[in-house]
Amino acid sequence: MELNVRLFALYRERAGANTISVAVNDGATVADLTAEVRRQLPNLAPPEVNIVVAVNADYAAPDVILKPGDDVCLIPPVSGG
Amino acid sequence: MIELTHDALDPEKITAKVYRDTNGAVVTFLGTTRDNFEGKQVLTLEYEAFDEMAIKKLEEVRQEMMAEFGLEQVAISHRVGTVGIGEISLVVAIGSPHRKEAFYACHKAVDRIKEVVPIWKKEVYQDGSRWVACEDHEFSPAESHGHAH
Repeated sequence: MELNVRLFALYRERAGANTISVAVNDGATVADLTAEVRRQLPNLAPPEVNIVVAVNADYAAPDVILKPGDDVCLIPPVSGG
Repeated sequence: MIELTHDALDPEKITAKVYRDTNGAVVTFLGTTRDNFEGKQVLTLEYEAFDEMAIKKLEEVRQEMMAEFGLEQVAISHRVGTVGIGEISLVVAIGSPHRKEAFYACHKAVDRIKEVVPIWKKEVYQDGSRWVACEDHEFSPAESHGHAH
């Protein structure tokens, strides 16, 4: 399946795009997605930085299974306040 | 009681939301924008949010504080967009029957906001810019795992 993945802040600037399209197998997990994102965009985040994912506007653990149509966003380390 | 806005924040107005005749204490925290980073002059700050999730997470923090400290009045406003130096970017106002809970809840609410709410700030300098924390964390990977909760 093809997922539209939204990017914010540092990740948006590094990718030069608000959204990217990422192809993963049916039944893929959040961890599968971040592995594929790293293949597509090796400079998005250094290997030691965990890429945090939000699915349908909530933080999603690496083992969460993705479904077509999910709202998937990559969340760089936050710095509000 | 939760607000994400491009407009200037009015701390008096936000604080007034938590006044009740049954409360004996009100604590308000103001986050303000600093003009320097490691000796470099910061000209302005730009805040970006993942709006729908930020509002949801701010409401979660509010509910957590009410449950943990037995409070009924918690108001949180966060500014987004371009914010000038010395302006207010965050207001957290707590109303409580007693002062202790108000102080604790205010402190904890600000810490939680900085941990879980998807808002990012960029410092703009004369000769460039920097996303705060994002890039800091790349140099201290041990701290980079605290954001998934």
